[in-house]
Amino acid sequence: MTTPLRRRVLIGVVVVWVVFLVGAPIIALTVGAFSSGFGAVLEALSATDSVSALAFSLALATIAVAVNTVFGTIAAWVLTRDRFRGRTILLASVDIPFAISPVVVGLCFILLFGPHGWFGPWLKAAGIQIVFSWPAMALATVFVSLPFVVREVSLALVEAGTDEEDAARTLGASSLAVFWRITLPNIRAGLLNGVLLTSARALGEFGAVLVVSGGIAELAETGTLFVFRALDDRRDVAAYAMALALAAITMAILGALFVVRRRAAHSPVRTREVLR
Amino acid sequence: MSVIGRGLSKRFAKAARPAIHSVDFNAPSGSITTLLGPSGSGKTTVLRIVAGLEIADAGNVSIVGEDVTAVPPERRGVGMVFQSYALFKHMNVADNIAFGLSVRKEPKDAIKARVNELLELVQLDGLGDRWPSQLSGGQRQRVALARALAIRPRVLLLDEPFGALDARVRIELRDFLRRLHDETHLTTLMVTHDQDEALELSHHVVVMNEGRVEQAGAPHDIYDHPATPFVAAFVGGANVLRGHVTDGRAEVGSFSVDLPTGATEGAAATAFVRPHDVKIAPVPDEGTAARSVTNDAPEVALAKIERLVRVGGMVKVTLKLPSDESMTVEMPKSEIDALSLSEGDRVMVDLRQAKVFVEDYAI
Repeated sequence: MTTPLRRRVLIGVVVVWVVFLVGAPIIALTVGAFSSGFGAVLEALSATDSVSALAFSLALATIAVAVNTVFGTIAAWVLTRDRFRGRTILLASVDIPFAISPVVVGLCFILLFGPHGWFGPWLKAAGIQIVFSWPAMALATVFVSLPFVVREVSLALVEAGTDEEDAARTLGASSLAVFWRITLPNIRAGLLNGVLLTSARALGEFGAVLVVSGGIAELAETGTLFVFRALDDRRDVAAYAMALALAAITMAILGALFVVRRRAAHSPVRTREVLR
Repeated sequence: MSVIGRGLSKRFAKAARPAIHSVDFNAPSGSITTLLGPSGSGKTTVLRIVAGLEIADAGNVSIVGEDVTAVPPERRGVGMVFQSYALFKHMNVADNIAFGLSVRKEPKDAIKARVNELLELVQLDGLGDRWPSQLSGGQRQRVALARALAIRPRVLLLDEPFGALDARVRIELRDFLRRLHDETHLTTLMVTHDQDEALELSHHVVVMNEGRVEQAGAPHDIYDHPATPFVAAFVGGANVLRGHVTDGRAEVGSFSVDLPTGATEGAAATAFVRPHDVKIAPVPDEGTAARSVTNDAPEVALAKIERLVRVGGMVKVTLKLPSDESMTVEMPKSEIDALSLSEGDRVMVDLRQAKVFVEDYAI
């Protein structure tokens, strides 16, 4: 019997791989943060600049989730339900934010909205500040987390098919009523999946936000930028504490995702009752 | 309450040929009309255009004399049943049936009463709080039917309503639908590829092929007087024998069949004969007698019984003709027993019931 042995070796390799790549950094982070004691972590996290950085990160993530949920759902709807010229190209270009380095994304926004960018003079004349301020950071965060909702909702829409929607139309429902009463309940699990992934990605964004923020501290600093600056300033405990806080939030989101996926995988009837 | 389609055409994007091409049909008030055809014949496209779920490139649809071509589906007053049932998975049975009434914002009490009435009608009393996933295929389709009927539609549209069901449930539901129609006389337009279903259930049949109407008429008309070779072959599962016109007769395989005068010499001729329209008889006396019979009646040929399969009360006989073609014959078990025939026997085959089409050479 060679198979069980081969299986056991494979399982062992996977376990070691995951523990080293995922587990070890988190353990190191936790140990590093608490090396000066629990009190030091709490103190570092309750400092004004860390509280505002964390709050700013959550605000940016909220904006990204709100924008990408609405436009992602609309985009997924159009891309799966309509047939038009250029549809497949559009579908493929939804993944561009995954393919481009966030630093390059940030650079693109500078080239568009910076003082010497395409819209720079016009924005300046209108008195609107985008780059080196929060609007650009929000734009960058929205951009890098764009694909999740589109992808998850597209999959859910394809799986749900159009028969139920057609049936609802013939029964007298307007297209808006069909969306709220038939389509949305059918894609709810996929949408939730997309929202959770979007928020996790938005919280973790660093490169694009760093470039468009122009490095102006305190005024517009996210959690990840805080970690970067604290390390530079040799405030190790503050850096570890913030990193740990960000990791904890993301882990909570992934935990929620796990629960959603498990429910969706089990009895569909019960999931729908629970999600209702 | 009739449904009339005039000159309906539709070509889907990127399709090589139109899904339907100037289709005319008439589904008379109070009767069941069936669009019958193989898959890809465009029958479902016609049904979806009637429902308003597809928009025709040309032509118009009228329901009860009102031109509904530009009316959106939610205001056409049609009830539609889909092959996939299309029940709302996240609603229980009662909510599914109530959907059309609740989007019309009817009072709650009235909705509840109507739902119970329909549950009773489709014999699912007490199952209102079940989820669609807890029902059998036949039950699901009855829920779909109840949901479509709840809105008191002017017309009932059925898209392959029995397609996803097993044979026994299919026949059960077919009888149920027939009884239901006898009570309600709701104008019904059904799509099916199953000719038994079409012939048994409907008052009118519209046979479609490759996006066009081949023939429309009463079921027995379609069956007894097929207007085109396609209808002859598709309805009734006929044997097909090909040949040519020679001396004003169709020479097909080992047979020579009478033709009306005026057939073009040499034109391609095709004979269609249904398995139970073929008459076979034992050879009277080996040799000369048989030959004289086939000479006197050229529609008769000698053949050998290759296979003899008993299916219930019927016997399916596969014959090998002298021209090496095969032919299927169906006859009651008692008949074959009376003739005491078995595999390997030689028989006389009578093709007088064949329907012959001669290719039109007119230019």
